[in-house]
Order: sequence, then C-alpha cells, then structure tokens
Amino acid sequence: MTINNEQLTINNSGDASLSVSFCGLVFKNPVVAASGTFGFGREYGEYYDLSELGGISVKGLTLLPRNGNPSPRVAETPSGMLNAVGLQNPGVDAFIADELPTLRRYDTRIIANISGNTAEEYGIMAAKLSDAAVDLIEVNVSCPNVKAGGMQFGTSPALVAEVTREVRRNARVPVMVKLSPNVSDIAEIAVAAVDAGADALSLINTLLGMRIDIKTRRPILANVTGGLSGAAILPVAVRCVYQVARAVNVPILGMGGVCDGDDAVELMLAGASLVGVGTASFTDPFAPIKVRDGIEKYLNGNGFTLPSDITGKLDA
Amino acid sequence: MTGFSTDCRIVYSEELRDGVHALTFEAVGLTPAQPGQFVHIKCGGGDTTRVLRRPISVADYFEGDAANNVPPEITVVFEVRGDGTQWLAERREDNTLDVLGALGHGFEVPTDGQILLVGGGLGVAPLMYVANANPLRCNAILGFRTAELILLSGEFDRLCRRVVIATDDGSYGERGTVAEPVRAALKSEQYAAVFACGPRPMLRSVAAIAAELNVPCQVSLEERMACGVGACLGCAVETKNGIRRVCRDGPVFDAQEVVW
Ligand SMILES: Cc1cc2nc3c(=O)[nH]c(=O)nc-3n(C[C@H](O)[C@H](O)[C@H](O)COP(=O)(O)OP(=O)(O)OC[C@H]3O[C@@H](n4cnc5c(N)ncnc54)[C@H](O)[C@@H]3O)c2cc1C
Ligand SMILES: Cc1cc2nc3c(=O)[nH]c(=O)nc-3n(C[C@H](O)[C@H](O)[C@H](O)COP(=O)(O)O)c2cc1C
Ligand code: FES
Repeated sequence: MTINNEQLTINNSGDASLSVSFCGLVFKNPVVAASGTFGFGREYGEYYDLSELGGISVKGLTLLPRNGNPSPRVAETPSGMLNAVGLQNPGVDAFIADELPTLRRYDTRIIANISGNTAEEYGIMAAKLSDAAVDLIEVNVSCPNVKAGGMQFGTSPALVAEVTREVRRNARVPVMVKLSPNVSDIAEIAVAAVDAGADALSLINTLLGMRIDIKTRRPILANVTGGLSGAAILPVAVRCVYQVARAVNVPILGMGGVCDGDDAVELMLAGASLVGVGTASFTDPFAPIKVRDGIEKYLNGNGFTLPSDITGKLDA
Repeated sequence: MTGFSTDCRIVYSEELRDGVHALTFEAVGLTPAQPGQFVHIKCGGGDTTRVLRRPISVADYFEGDAANNVPPEITVVFEVRGDGTQWLAERREDNTLDVLGALGHGFEVPTDGQILLVGGGLGVAPLMYVANANPLRCNAILGFRTAELILLSGEFDRLCRRVVIATDDGSYGERGTVAEPVRAALKSEQYAAVFACGPRPMLRSVAAIAAELNVPCQVSLEERMACGVGACLGCAVETKNGIRRVCRDGPVFDAQEVVW
C-alpha cells in the first residue's frame, strides 16, 4: 500500500493531524459523505458547515436527467434499510451548472459519482466533469449495461475494465472505481479496475436485498428489490476492504454501515484510507462529524498521529 | 439553523382510544412548527436496529414564551402500526425523544376567507393544528370507518364553526365517505381553500370535487421516508412539476399539482 505523506499540509479550517493524502489529493479528514445519501449537500448543509467534512460524494449522476423508480423506494430492515431510488438526478450538465458552484463554496473535496448505460456515456461524463474541475470522479459500476443486455457492469472484470479505461482516457482528474459487493470475487474485479487505470477504489456499494409485506403479500419496494445499506452491512464491508486491500496497490475509500468512529477504524485497519458515511446520516444528521471525531479520539487514545498510521495496520 | 434535539422532554401522554396515542413534548432546539409540517422521530432509544426515523404530523403547537422560560411544545397524535409506533406509545411523562423538525412544506393558509378541513382517519391530526392556528375560520368534515374510530371530534367542535362527521357504516353521523358532505359544503358556502389529509383515495375524490367547484385545494401526502430532509430522494411522488420529495417539497401539495 502506498501512502504519500509528503503532501500533507494544514488547510484553513482542518486539523492537520487528521488529513489524508489520497491519490495526490489532500483530504482534511478521512470522512466522506457517501453518494446518494447526501444529495448535493444542500440539505445537510443546513445542519452543519460542510467544510467540516473531508469530502462529499454527490448523488449519482447520469448523462441525461433521470426520474428514478416509483415509490415506495425505501424500506427499513434490521439495522439497515433497502433503497431503490433508481438514480434520480438532474443530469450531469445541470449538476455542473446548478449544484457544483454552491458546493465549491465549501472547503471540502467534491467527488462526482457517475453512472452510465454504456462505456461511452461514462467517458463523456468524465470529460465534462474534468472540465468542471471536480476533485475526483467516482465510477459507479453497479448499474445495468444496456449493450450487454442489462447485465451489471460491476459483476464482470472485463466490463469493469472497459468502463475504467474509457473514464481514464477522458478524465483529467483522479478516477476512483466504486465496487459492488454482489460478486463472487471482489478482489478479481478490483484488480481488473486497477489494471485498467483506476487511481483509487471505493467500496462497498449496497448489497441486493428484498422485503415483503406479509399483510398484503407484496414486495415493500415498488422496484421489488433494492440495495441494502446501514449497520447490517459493516462486516461485509470490512471483509471486502480487507480482500481488496491485499490484492491492489491503490488507496481505498471504504464504506458500508459506518455509524461511529470505531466502525470507521475497523475499515481503516482493514485497508481503507478514507471512510464513507451514508445511511447513518438518516438516523443522525451529525453522524459524519461524530465519525470524524471518533476516529480522532481513537488515534489520540492509541498513540497514533495520522489516520494513515492505521490504514491496513491489521495484525493478522 | 435546522431543528434537531435528542432531548425533547415529554410533558403529557394519553391514549385517546384503543391504539391511538397523543404525546406532547417540549420542542426546545426545534424549529417552530407550521400547520401541515411533520417531525421525524427516532423510535427505539438506544436500540440501534431501527435505523429510520418515523414521520409523524404536528397535531398541535404551542410557541411557549422564551422571555419567561416557558418552552415551546409539539403535540403528535399517532396510531400504533408497528414496532416504532409501539415503542412511541410506551413513552411517558419525563421520557425524552430524539426529534428532527419541524420539517417539510405545510399548508399555505389564505389571508382571509373560510377554510374547509377534510380529514380521514388519522389524517384528522394535522388538521387540528390548522384549526387551532386559525380560530373560527375553519369548518371540518371528518370521516372514519365506524363510530368507535372517531378521533379528536371534541377538539374540532371547540375549534371550528361547524363539524360534520361521516362514518362508512353510518354508525355515527352521515353514512358513507366525506365526498357528499364536502360537495354540499362547497356548494352552500364560500371557501377560500380546502385542506385535506387522509387516505389517498379520499384525497383524490376531495381534490376532484374541489377542482370541479373551483375551490383551491391542498392535500397532505404520505410516503415512506428515510432522511426526512430531502437528501436521499427516498420519498418521491410524481407531480405535474416533475418528481418531488414528500418530505421537503411536501407533505402538503397543491392538489392540482399531484398526478392522481
Ligand atoms: C408526512 C407523514 C406524516 C405522518 N403523520 C402521521 C400521524 O400524524 N399519525 C400517525 O399515526 N401516522 C402518521 N404517519 C404514518 C407513520 O409515519 C407510520 O405509521 C409509521 O412510520 C409506522 O412506523 P412503525 O414502526 O410503527 O411501523 P412499521 O411498519 O414497523 O415501519 C417500518 C417502516 O415503514 C415505514 N412506514 C410504515 N408505514 C408507513 C406509512 N403509512 N407512512 C410512512 N412510512 C411508513 C416506517 O416509517 C418504517 O420506516 C405519517 C407519515 C408521513 C409520511
Ligand atoms: C438512498 C441511497 C442512495 C444511494 N445512491 C447511490 C448512488 O447514486 N451512487 C452510488 O454509487 N451509491 C449510492 N448509494 C450507496 C452508498 O453510497 C453506499 O455505498 C452504501 O449505502 C453503503 O454505505 P452506508 O451503509 O454507510 O450507507 C446509495 C445508498 C443509499 C442508502
Ligand atoms: S426522505 Fe429523504 S428525500 Fe425525502
């Protein structure tokens, strides 16, 4: 694992001791709001200063606007939830025109999360977002490939490689590929992404799930199935980060079920440099800030100076 | 800033009828509630298995008196439907609640003229606050399945000029749905607005009658929610102005905007 500590600098409001270097970018702390759980920052920005976050991964963008799935789109599960929002978003151009300027007012890293129907669509978005100077592009490969009969890009090493190459060819900012856990060998997919040029990896996206209302004998979600997130998936995320960190040599944004600093530390020990917080914000809007403070407490309490001191420091 | 408190002290709790409860809690740290808004309540205390908050309408609000240290209060009225509301029903005076709110876009009250409140079942709850905030401007038509399920009728009697109750089985008041009493009221008197809350089929029929008789109508919609603040797009509803969020753009929408 290569961690570059040279570029660590103190930024305006951040605490130097929490900063992380991630494929050449300095994050003021390791906590990133997870894509799709934070909109474009406007709503949670009413609760706290978004500059408190290391980064924000915005709602998944597509080339054209999308209406998403019918409701119900969410269902609660034990220690988690299912969602089938269906990538509702205003499209990449509207994001750049209407949302990015507002987000840019905050001193935090902006990560553009993108989804496409074809590899070419991913490439076009990567070019537009590079022109708009987002900090990092996060490639969501958990969406159906229209040309491959709807098979998810993220389940095939060849398709992940194809998308990654196309994005890498068009992007002038670092490219991070977001892996799906719904595969039999996540390390194999990770290697395919890195060999195709991924500068970083993020994981995990949601696990495919389903719930049924036994009174009506119907699925709760209009889409029938949806993605499982929240505390319930933490052990799956830890395992995936562990397996991927051992297989590749790029930094990892780990996420899945993080609710507090201790959960984040688990993912970091397994190999994550940054940690995403998603569903936990729904329970507590301040969850990302509390996770950040919890990481700091763990570092201070255990004789570490930097978050990178614990990345991959698993005693196994 | 936006309202959030993990420490809202309950000052009053009551079982209104079998399975329906009222709770009043101090709303210190929350934003002042407008009629039609809701609060997002964490149910389960330290139990972390229930990750989603429960949206419950504000059924009444008291501003308090900051100068004299009298805290504001919010009242909610809810039915036990599952685990979350069961937990809530077991809360008592001096227990505390973790509350986000008040949230959402409420009823837009016209500056003058009469308001017709149309409620079905638990949908009467948010209308009570409208009635309380607009004394002597409201008439109410309240629908329930049977006489045993009638809720808050005494409060509406006190706050409204006239109250009509309809029961599906005719066991109390008018027999049938609220549709005919609504039509009769709108035909016999001038109204500046109809505010409706209840099951979707009731809202649809009230919206149709109001449209036909040219009275502006606002409806309060329900959808399953996650964040409750507009960030997750979990609570989408289709409208003539595109996909909108029940938690942020609603729960109250202009009835003409809704795709029924
Ligand atoms: C804006 C709004 C205002 C509401 N106001 C009131 C009110 O004043 N009084 C009242 O009794 N009820 C109200 N409800 C419905 C109330 O939110 C549900 O009854 C409650 O969430 C059920 O939770 P539970 O844990 O008991 O049930 P469970 O079925 O165990 O809940 C499981 C999950 O489904 C969700 N859910 C289940 N039913 C509903 C529903 N009808 N609407 C939205 N989410 C649901 C829950 O929030 C939870 O996430 C309102 C709903 C909305 C959207
Ligand atoms: C409502 C919701 C919407 C999401 N939308 C996206 C998305 O648009 N793109 C994406 O890559 N991941 C999306 N995700 C996945 C999250 O970014 C994250 O990977 C996952 O929820 C696990 O983290 P958590 O358990 O902390 O929520 C979404 C998750 C949720 C709950
Ligand atoms: S519940 Fe998240 S946007 Fe409405």
